[in-house]
Amino acid sequence: MFAVLRDLVRYNIEFTIGAILVALIVTFACLSFFSPVDPTQVYLAIPDQPPGAQYWFGSNSRGQDMFWQLSFAFRNTLTFGLTVALLSRILSIGVGLAAGYLGGWVDRVLMFINDIFVAIPIFPILILFYFVMRSNLNGFTLALVMACFGWPYDARLIRSVTLGLRHREFTRQAVFAGMSPVKIMLQEHLPYVMPIIFATTMANMIWSIGLEVTLAVLGFTNINIPTVGTTLYWANNHSAMVVGVWWWILIPVIIVVLLFIGLFLLAVSLNEYIDPRSRLRRMGA
Amino acid sequence: MTLAQDNKPRDILTVEGLKAYYQMSYFGVDREVRAVDDITMTVRRNEIYGIAGESSSGKTSFIKVLAAALRPPFRVVAGSVKYDFASGPVDVANATDAQIEAIRWRHLSYIMQGSMSVLNPVRRIGRTFEDFAARPLGLRGKAFEDRVVSHLEKLKLPADVLRAYPHELSGGMRQRVTIGLATVCRPEFIIADEPTTALDVVVQKEVLSLIRDVQQEMGSSVVFVTHDMSVHANMADRVGIIYAGRLVEEGPTRQMFFAPKHPYTAHLVASLPRIGDTTQRPALEGRPPSLASPPSGCRFHPRCPLAIDKCKTDVPPLETVAPDHRTACWRWQDVKPLVAPHAAHGVPA
Amino acid sequence: MKAYLLFALKRFIQLLAVIFAGCSIAFVVSHLSPISPVESIIGRVSGQSSYSPEAIKSLRDTLTELFGLNVPLHEQYFNFLRRLLAFDFGPSLMAFPRPAMELVMLAMPWTFGLLMVSTVLTWLIGNVTGGLAGYYQNSKILKTLGILAIAVQPIPYYIVAFLLVIIFGFFWPVLPISGGFAMNVRPAWTPEFILSVLHYSILPAASLVIVGIGTWFLGMRALVSNIVTEDYVTFAELGGVRRNRIVFSYVIRNAMVPQLTSLAMTLGGIFSGTIITEQVFGYPGLGSLLVTAVNAGDSATTLAVSCIAVIAVASAIFIIDLVHPLIDPRVRAE
Repeated sequence: MFAVLRDLVRYNIEFTIGAILVALIVTFACLSFFSPVDPTQVYLAIPDQPPGAQYWFGSNSRGQDMFWQLSFAFRNTLTFGLTVALLSRILSIGVGLAAGYLGGWVDRVLMFINDIFVAIPIFPILILFYFVMRSNLNGFTLALVMACFGWPYDARLIRSVTLGLRHREFTRQAVFAGMSPVKIMLQEHLPYVMPIIFATTMANMIWSIGLEVTLAVLGFTNINIPTVGTTLYWANNHSAMVVGVWWWILIPVIIVVLLFIGLFLLAVSLNEYIDPRSRLRRMGA
Repeated sequence: MTLAQDNKPRDILTVEGLKAYYQMSYFGVDREVRAVDDITMTVRRNEIYGIAGESSSGKTSFIKVLAAALRPPFRVVAGSVKYDFASGPVDVANATDAQIEAIRWRHLSYIMQGSMSVLNPVRRIGRTFEDFAARPLGLRGKAFEDRVVSHLEKLKLPADVLRAYPHELSGGMRQRVTIGLATVCRPEFIIADEPTTALDVVVQKEVLSLIRDVQQEMGSSVVFVTHDMSVHANMADRVGIIYAGRLVEEGPTRQMFFAPKHPYTAHLVASLPRIGDTTQRPALEGRPPSLASPPSGCRFHPRCPLAIDKCKTDVPPLETVAPDHRTACWRWQDVKPLVAPHAAHGVPA
Repeated sequence: MKAYLLFALKRFIQLLAVIFAGCSIAFVVSHLSPISPVESIIGRVSGQSSYSPEAIKSLRDTLTELFGLNVPLHEQYFNFLRRLLAFDFGPSLMAFPRPAMELVMLAMPWTFGLLMVSTVLTWLIGNVTGGLAGYYQNSKILKTLGILAIAVQPIPYYIVAFLLVIIFGFFWPVLPISGGFAMNVRPAWTPEFILSVLHYSILPAASLVIVGIGTWFLGMRALVSNIVTEDYVTFAELGGVRRNRIVFSYVIRNAMVPQLTSLAMTLGGIFSGTIITEQVFGYPGLGSLLVTAVNAGDSATTLAVSCIAVIAVASAIFIIDLVHPLIDPRVRAE
């Protein structure tokens, strides 16, 4: 594992850049644990100060220090992305392994459901959820809902790998040794799909964070929790661009774009490491 | 053979001092693989020349140069590959793209290894024929189709195949289509890379006799590569053996099989299975050397049963040891066939 | 031909299943709503003038019946499915008593026009440039495009749309940044109106194209750099087949097959992008309608837009699936 990472850093410039970008932003997000201010409070700082010595990223029209505000925002956004990724990984691993290893009608049923989920446009459904729950829609519920839609493509990918593993010698040996299907899947096959899971985690985070930003910008999430999306929502709400508080919008946009590029480069380079032929199809949202 | 052909020079292809290397640099580390290292040989008109060797001996790289199919990082470093075509001489090792384009298919064609993936899977065979042959033949529409259909008839292929997609044909039919593509323009020189490897034995025989028939009918020259010595025995007029990027022996097929003058050839010939022969075959020790750092002296010496000290330091020259027969071995006089000639059933008498 | 019909039938059943499942999810979610549409209408009406309690009660009964809320949930669900067949989602709340479907029908041409043009453009441009970049790997221009694609590709729709608004709204105001057509033009089939629509669609379409193109470019480039090593490409090159023919009929043509499947799989995501793009550019399509409906607490319209979105995306995927065997002869034979 360590050798793989070392070689990736040494030979894969994309991986290095991606890792540095993501590490920087994660560090920035972790700073929020040492924040001197409460991000939900307003008018603690002098409003509308441009970036400078006192406020590194400036302050917004609601009297918040943008540096700490964004630190909290990125912590929440990253946590959100990771939660969606982890939850949807569980679903996609379960479905992918089961469909690939068990085959037969299990495979057909699971892939039929899979195809249905691929075809349902998630955004209107998410908006419906907000419509129903309004401000009760907290980060975790939203993550749960998104995870329910974020697994099908990756499940198919895992299934195709497992299909190949099923006919390999070690699987047959495990079957003869009397291992239960669940054990075979988890102990024998899971390690093989692990690299794919890492790569798709990045892609999935890009997807879910992108959707969260989109929802929040429209005001369709709990706007009192600081995230990248709600930061932009408040900036729009105060017409930041019109009144010239450009840093309120520009700085979060730059950092989130860097985060996306970082995650994307990580996913691409990991994917190349796994299989030079593979490519990331789903990068929408 | 017509008189006109008799007046032409005997050789259609002359390769001189050809060196072609894969030159790569990975993160500052330069790597050089000498796939073709100083080969000199000729191919005559109306001749079938077989090239044999183990995998990764450089034989495929060599014919890539002959076919002018080099792609970086594979480059010609030195030497020349001169063809003497009806349209004039061309040195494909040093020619411009336009010069090479001008001879492709009209004079020089190629039959690829592996019939499965040689044809564009989403294109009908007829369209593929148009892509390849319409321009060199200078025919269009009905005239072109008639020409193709009559050519396919010679290959015992129905005209229907023109409307088929590759996946609708069997492996043998696909390979015949490939041969049809390579021969429809009646080229003077045909290069075939393992033309029968992916096929089953019955189809193999069919395809081989097909190449032979077409070659005889058109009077072309054929260079083909295969590791399968029995194919050489059945097909070739002359055989050249490549080992570690070098031509180590070359001669008329019968002499190569019955009186090899290089210990490596002797081993290759001995490895042929023969009906009724139950003796244990002497296996060749070791693996072919790495072309990135070949052994000094004679490259075969680490595996050679006859090796002496001189072999380790001095490179043996390719010298003529009998009419038409050249070998690169310091001890060629001591090379004995490993099987008695009377047991060699695989070779046509 | 028979095999193709069987294939089409199988796909059609799948289409129905997707529509059924998607609309059911939409129904279930929307009926979890704590906001009763009846109460909010009554609230709005009684806020304007005073009514007797009897009048309010009879209004409530009428409205409950009108929205079909007077029966148990499972019956509401069956009613919903039955009315779905006629595309009847009940009256809208925000434009009461106009049917929600009428609002959807007004918005639909805008979204479909925008979506179709930008998706086709994105797919074609992205695939052709990506294909060329995969084939001519040493081209400086195409390499630069590749780096650009990597940088732009992961940015969400919202940010690209927003940047375009900032650029063309504040720094370089040459293109309209809001609305579907100019205020002073009467919506009719006149050349003036059509030109105005095209003019106003440039930025929304551009934002969709910019975001989408990178995915296709990168995917195609990766595909093509594998396909160029395939035997049939090498063989065609050795056969002296014309370069253009090789690039388009041998390389890109083969890579199109998986890219078409990808298109079907990303349509849902593209639709999400349209919603946000419309919102940013004030474009009068389904996305804007959905956002307005949500803000107005109009459950009938929200449900209608969601169901129509499911049906539209699923149908588009169905059509792509039907085309697939036509461009890949190997599928046809199965």
